[in-house]
Amino acid sequence: MEHIAIVGLAQTKFERRKRDKTYYDLVYEVAKAALEDSGLTLSDVDNVVTVSNDFLDGRTISSMAVGEAAGGSDKNISTVEGDGSFGALYGAMRVLSGFRASLIVVHSKGSEGNMRYVTNAMFDPIYHRPLGIESIAASALQANAYMQKYGLSEEDFALISVKNHGNALHNPYAHLPMTITVDEVMRSQKLADPLKLLDCSPISDGAAAIIIADKSTALKSAKKPVWIKGIGHCCEDYFLGDRDLASSKALYAAALKAYEMAHITDPLKEIDVAEVYDAFSYMEPLWLEGLGLCPSGRGVELTRRGFTAMDGDLPVNPSGGVLSAHAILVAGLVRIIECALQLRGEGGDRQVDGARRALAHGVNGPCGQSHCVWILEKD
Amino acid sequence: MAKRVAIVGIGQTHHRSHRPDVNGRELIYEAVTRALEDCELSIRDIDAIVIGNMDHFESINCVDTWSVEGSGAFMKPIMKINTGGTTGTSVAIAAYYHVAAGLFERVLAIGWEKNSESDTTGAIITCSDPVWDRFSYSGAIPSLATEATGYLKRSGATQEDAARVAVRDRTHALNNPYAHLRKPITVQDVMQSPMLAYPIKLLDVCPRSDGACAVVFAAEEAAQKIARKSAWIAAASVRHSLTWFADVDFDGGLLSLQRASREAYMKAGIKSPADDIDVAELYLPYSYAGLKWIEDLGFCPVGKAPEFIWSGATDMGGKIPMNPSGGVISTNCIGATGLLRVAEAALQVMGKAGDRQVPDAVNAMATGFGGCFWSDVIILSSRKPS
Repeated sequence: MEHIAIVGLAQTKFERRKRDKTYYDLVYEVAKAALEDSGLTLSDVDNVVTVSNDFLDGRTISSMAVGEAAGGSDKNISTVEGDGSFGALYGAMRVLSGFRASLIVVHSKGSEGNMRYVTNAMFDPIYHRPLGIESIAASALQANAYMQKYGLSEEDFALISVKNHGNALHNPYAHLPMTITVDEVMRSQKLADPLKLLDCSPISDGAAAIIIADKSTALKSAKKPVWIKGIGHCCEDYFLGDRDLASSKALYAAALKAYEMAHITDPLKEIDVAEVYDAFSYMEPLWLEGLGLCPSGRGVELTRRGFTAMDGDLPVNPSGGVLSAHAILVAGLVRIIECALQLRGEGGDRQVDGARRALAHGVNGPCGQSHCVWILEKD
Repeated sequence: MAKRVAIVGIGQTHHRSHRPDVNGRELIYEAVTRALEDCELSIRDIDAIVIGNMDHFESINCVDTWSVEGSGAFMKPIMKINTGGTTGTSVAIAAYYHVAAGLFERVLAIGWEKNSESDTTGAIITCSDPVWDRFSYSGAIPSLATEATGYLKRSGATQEDAARVAVRDRTHALNNPYAHLRKPITVQDVMQSPMLAYPIKLLDVCPRSDGACAVVFAAEEAAQKIARKSAWIAAASVRHSLTWFADVDFDGGLLSLQRASREAYMKAGIKSPADDIDVAELYLPYSYAGLKWIEDLGFCPVGKAPEFIWSGATDMGGKIPMNPSGGVISTNCIGATGLLRVAEAALQVMGKAGDRQVPDAVNAMATGFGGCFWSDVIILSSRKPS
């Protein structure tokens, strides 16, 4: 792959409800901030990718509301509907195809919709939707399958919540920085067995933007470029009953591709920090297994041993992860942004010392049906 | 630098108003299997998939993950693109960049819509801003009626001139076994059809169709192995500049199309579109666009479109045949509509268009229209780009 880099980035603070701003206000805010961060001007950016979802925004052609706010007027622009990591991937493809710089902007205001209906609409309209299945219920099925297959406990998953909400204390953008205990997670309200309130990510409002540029543009940008070394994406089967919910072969395939591109042979040793899509507590260890960072069923052990803690060998979700801020669609791009901040050394209180190579991960579809894995490096 | 990319395989369903015999996934499957058969590939040869439609028509969220059993994306990379009416061309352009970036060799682009399951206008109304635009420019027709009125006033064209465009497209559809509306009409039929919003009458506008289209894009080396003759992508340009319908300059030309086409001409080395382009598959959702927008594309001077249309220049056998497939006025499965333009343009330069073939077509244009007067322009060629 040719040299392309992340040269600008921005995110809003994530919170339950941004009353004072429309979502296109949020888009304008982060697009402008990402440009300022990069030291480039809008004229240096020759194409734009927006990311939105008609169900979330309650608008058909949801991209229509944000194109201008994202600086897309009179530019080659397109819209990915899905997680921000996929939008960023399309932006990267466009730079690899000869554009100088792509601005990728993602927004969502979960506060303005009903997430149960929005996520229920992912499921089969005839056979599954009438059952009331939605994101939390489907994930509960997955958590159960995972527990059963590997003899895991609810307390195991609670550990992840404790770690990530604790990490969020050092992230000024996080929605839910919290000092909590395993016991508090266990005693929180049960939403769908075995998932309790503190096993689940919040619904957040927010937006994020990055600029991906070719080498010559990257070298004239204000910040040190964060090089994109590998990207892989892959999707598995749709019907939950057709899948082994306790393992993720699509993630494994996506990761393998990203590792190959980045010439990584031993990811556990070669990756310094990871930001993965932990929409629910159990997902973090499940995705770590899918990423090939440990054998199947052993993801929780990594956390139990402190391996994924801030001072561990592979800090996972120093930002607090999706559990601590979940603006749908935006969250995948935030994983990339957080990795880029780590590699720039701009992680502030959540900085992982000496991070040289980072892994970011985003998800589409129910129970992590489709995955996108990014490998980023600094010079 | 971008890799050279060509279209090597095309599949489409036989488009109908209702396809109660299949669900959405099966509709997609039909187009995908036809595209793969067309280029003699198996789904195992496909490295990545791009899919698009408009969510609220079928009310399915995350169509990329939902459609896997129809698209063949099981254990493959898939991405969803959604830009409204331009979705089909945006999907094609995304598939093009998948390959041009050097990340994938063979990529499948899919556009589909099952409008029989939708309240199309009910869904489209929500595209406009709820406070500023929704009560004036809701749905697809009001803004187009405004544009048509502006054009008639400015150009002195008549409703009959527009009707001639509808007659052309519907006549061409008789040659296309896949078209939805295959019944010839006359200018008089158009003029006597019910008025929807002045000056747009029923036969001036596109129908709502059930249908899907799939197109296989391949990198240079792969393309040359797969197809005897491919359709090379010479240019792809996009302008989706506006958000509010009230910002559209209804007194002027279609700015997005002017800008996108000029950029595409420059990329493809086209100096005189009417001379250098052999056939055009234009996303004309209503007849008046077939007058105004061909001026914006530079096929004829501003104000001369009626004369150009009546001269037969855009008919089969004319100087620049437009919409040999019958166009959008004959078939409109919305998420597929733009991709069908690309597919039909590709068939022309590959010499595989059957009864609707324009002889010796070398350069073909496909356009997309949608959103807030947005335009996509793609130029295909049987000659490999330099």
